[in-house]
Amino acid sequence: MRTREPMWWALFSVGGTVAAFLFPALILVTGLAVPSGWIPATGLYDFVQHPLARLVLFFGISLPLFHGAHRIRHTLAEMGMQQHDRKLAILCYAGAILGTLASVWILAWR
Amino acid sequence: MSMTQPHANCQASREAGGEEPVPTYHRPVPATWWLERGPYRWYMLRECTSLFVTLYALFLLVLLAVGPETFEALLSNPVVVALHLPVWVMVTYHGLTWFRLVPQVIVLWRGKKRISPRLIAGAHFAAWGAVSIAVILIVKVYSRG
Repeated sequence: MRTREPMWWALFSVGGTVAAFLFPALILVTGLAVPSGWIPATGLYDFVQHPLARLVLFFGISLPLFHGAHRIRHTLAEMGMQQHDRKLAILCYAGAILGTLASVWILAWR
Repeated sequence: MSMTQPHANCQASREAGGEEPVPTYHRPVPATWWLERGPYRWYMLRECTSLFVTLYALFLLVLLAVGPETFEALLSNPVVVALHLPVWVMVTYHGLTWFRLVPQVIVLWRGKKRISPRLIAGAHFAAWGAVSIAVILIVKVYSRG
């Protein structure tokens, strides 16, 4: 697992950057602009059917999942679960991979 | 000289083939070590933003999986709307700490002079603001309904 650390770290790093750039703005959209009526929910629903919007959302969902997985793994290890690090790693990264597969399925076929 | 190296003994025995493993003493660290000092608490707060980043990514996934009625119902549900506030605070804190650390990862030189870390961080903060405004405006323009 140690030899793959750079790969997980790269995904963590890219995912953290994507989340940092996009998420605060997207949270303002889904939590403020839409509920207040400034952006109509039906309009947003139609917009996210567009392939380009879906492509951006694929990277905007999958990469932050890897960011979260990596950081949650190391944070739990630091919080006294160091001896379970390998299990934590498998659980967290498998979760991110599953989330990525789910987002491919949802974005491509739903 | 070797006296000044803390793990010199362990190192030597490992290199010698380690016929019997030298028991190493690990000082027990309580799981709440991060509560002890202010900077540790801020560090742990930053690490915990990852939970909120993950939750919001999954929320986006749910929004894309459901039909139009559920989509609208979710975005107008008062509990869902209220939960956006703590998520926004934590994810924005992630962004602040993330871009503040960028100069430690990206070190740029102009000739023999290092480009100011503050300039690199500042450029990222400016880009963050521009991207945020662009995202909101693009969604607004293309979501006329």
